[in-house]
Amino acid sequence: MTEHSDIDRVSGRATTGHEWDGIKELNTPLPRWWVITFYTTILWSIGYWIVYPAWPLLWSHTTGIWNYSTRAEVATELANLGKVRGDKMVALGAAPLAEIAKDPALLALARASGKTVFGDNCAPCHGSGGAGAKGYPNLNDDEWLWGGSLDQIMQTIQFGARSGHAKAHESAMLAFGKEGVLKKDQIVTVANHVRSLSGLPTSSGYDAAGGAKIFADNCTSCHGDNGKGNQELGAPDLTDTIWLYGSDEATLVETISNGRAGVMPAWVGRLDPSTIKALTVYVHSLGGGK
Amino acid sequence: MSFWTRHQIFEKNSIVLIAGILVVIAIGGLVEIAPLFYLKSTIEKVDGVRPYTPLELAGRNVYVREGCYLCHSQMIRPLRDEVERYGHYSLAAESMYDHPFQWGSKRTGPDLARVGGKYSDEWHVTHLANPRAIAPQSVMPGYSFLSQTEVDEAGVAAHLRANRAVGVPYSEDQVANAVADLKAQADPDNAGVDAFTKRYPKAFARNFDSKPGAPTEMDALVAYLQMLGTLVDFKLYNEKANLR
Repeated sequence: MTEHSDIDRVSGRATTGHEWDGIKELNTPLPRWWVITFYTTILWSIGYWIVYPAWPLLWSHTTGIWNYSTRAEVATELANLGKVRGDKMVALGAAPLAEIAKDPALLALARASGKTVFGDNCAPCHGSGGAGAKGYPNLNDDEWLWGGSLDQIMQTIQFGARSGHAKAHESAMLAFGKEGVLKKDQIVTVANHVRSLSGLPTSSGYDAAGGAKIFADNCTSCHGDNGKGNQELGAPDLTDTIWLYGSDEATLVETISNGRAGVMPAWVGRLDPSTIKALTVYVHSLGGGK
Repeated sequence: MSFWTRHQIFEKNSIVLIAGILVVIAIGGLVEIAPLFYLKSTIEKVDGVRPYTPLELAGRNVYVREGCYLCHSQMIRPLRDEVERYGHYSLAAESMYDHPFQWGSKRTGPDLARVGGKYSDEWHVTHLANPRAIAPQSVMPGYSFLSQTEVDEAGVAAHLRANRAVGVPYSEDQVANAVADLKAQADPDNAGVDAFTKRYPKAFARNFDSKPGAPTEMDALVAYLQMLGTLVDFKLYNEKANLR
C-alpha cells in the first residue's frame, strides 16, 4: 500500500517520507471502514437519483422510476386513515345528531374523536377541560349563551359568534357609556341593580328604585324583564352565579360602559362536517348539554 | 495503484481536496437550488395570494424583529399527522411574497402557517400580552409593550418599495397610499376602508387591538397573524396538477 518503505524505529510504523528537521510524519491513513462508507454513500446516491426525483432540468425535473411524490403519499395516507377510522366515521357524518346519542358505538367514537379535536382547536380559549376563562364561556356548566341543545351547539361551532360568517351569531352588548346612552352614575347604579338580581351585596346607599328603572328602560329588551337572559340574542342570564367577565362592580361598570362582543371563529370551513358533529357531541357531553 | 492509494490523493493534496469539496457543494447549491428560481413548477398556480397590506407587512416585521420564528414554524409539511392537526400542507405559492420566508424549523410553539381565523382578535391580544392568562402551561414570553408602541408610519412606504425591489408586485397606487391603507385597516370607521379593500382583496379592516388611536404594533401583528394561511381557497385548489 505504501510507496515509502521508511519505517519509524520507535513505533515500527511506516512514515509518509516527509521530514522536517529530522522529524518524520507517520503514515496514518483514514480507517478502511471510513473510506468504504464514504464511497458507498456516493454509490448509494446514484441509486437514489434513479429511483427518486433528483435532478432539476431546464423545464422540469427527473421524476425517478418510482414516480414518488410526497404530496401523493400524504393523500394516500389520509385516504388510508379514513379507512382505518372506517365506516363508523362516515356513519357519524351521516347520522342525525339525535341518533348519535342512541347508538353506543357512534357515541363513543364521537366523544373520543371530539375530545382530540377539542384539544387541538378549542382548548386555547375554552381551556383543556372546557372550563373557560374570562371572556371565554365555561362549557361544563348548564348555562348557555346561544343554547345548549345539540343543534344549537352545532350551529355555534359551525358559524361562530361575530366571526364575520354570514350565519354567525351577531348581536352584541351595547356600549351604554361610550355611546352616551347612560351617564357614569347611572351605570354604577344599574351595575348594583344587576348585582342584586343574583343576590350579590350592593354598595350602601345605592338607589334601588332608580337602578330598577334604568334596567327596565335599557336592559330588558335583551336580558328579559326579570334578567333571565335570551338565548336568541346571546344575552346571558343575570340572575345566576355564572359570570363571563366578572360580577364585581368595577367589571360590571366596564361591561356596561364599553359593551362586550366576544368573538368565536367559524369552524365550518376549517373542520369537516363529521368532525364538527363529533365535537358537538363531545361539547354536549361535557356536563351542561340540554 | 490500488483504490486506497488513489483515495490518498484527496488527503495529501489540499488543492485536490478543495476542488472535490467545491464539486460536492456546487451540486447541493447551484445544481439543486438555483434551477428552482427559473422552474415554473416550483410555485403552484393558485388564486388568491396577494402581497401583504402595509399593516400586515408591519406586523410581519414585528414577527421577524421579535424572533417569533425561533419557536414557531410557518410550514405545514406534507405528512399525515401535520395535515390532520394544522390543515392543508403549505404551498410554495403561499410564501411567494415572503422576504425573507418564515418557514422555520423549530417548534417550541405550534406551527402558525394556518393560524389566521383560528382564534379571535381579542384572544390574540390577551395571549400576546400575557400568554399564561389564557394558556397556563405556556412558556411563551409576554409582548404587552406592543400595545403601547405605534407603528412607525415614516417607514411603511419604504418597506413596500423594498419588497417591490425584490419582486413583490406592489403597484404605484399601493405604495403611494401605504400610510392611508395602514390607518384604514386598523380602523373600520375610516373613510379609506373601501379604497383599501379594493387595493387588497380579501383583507379585513378591523380594530385588531380594540383600542382607539393610531395603529399599534399589536394591531399590526394581530392583522398579520389573522391572515396567515387564509388566502388560498383549497376548495378550488387543483391537488392533482401540483403533485411534486
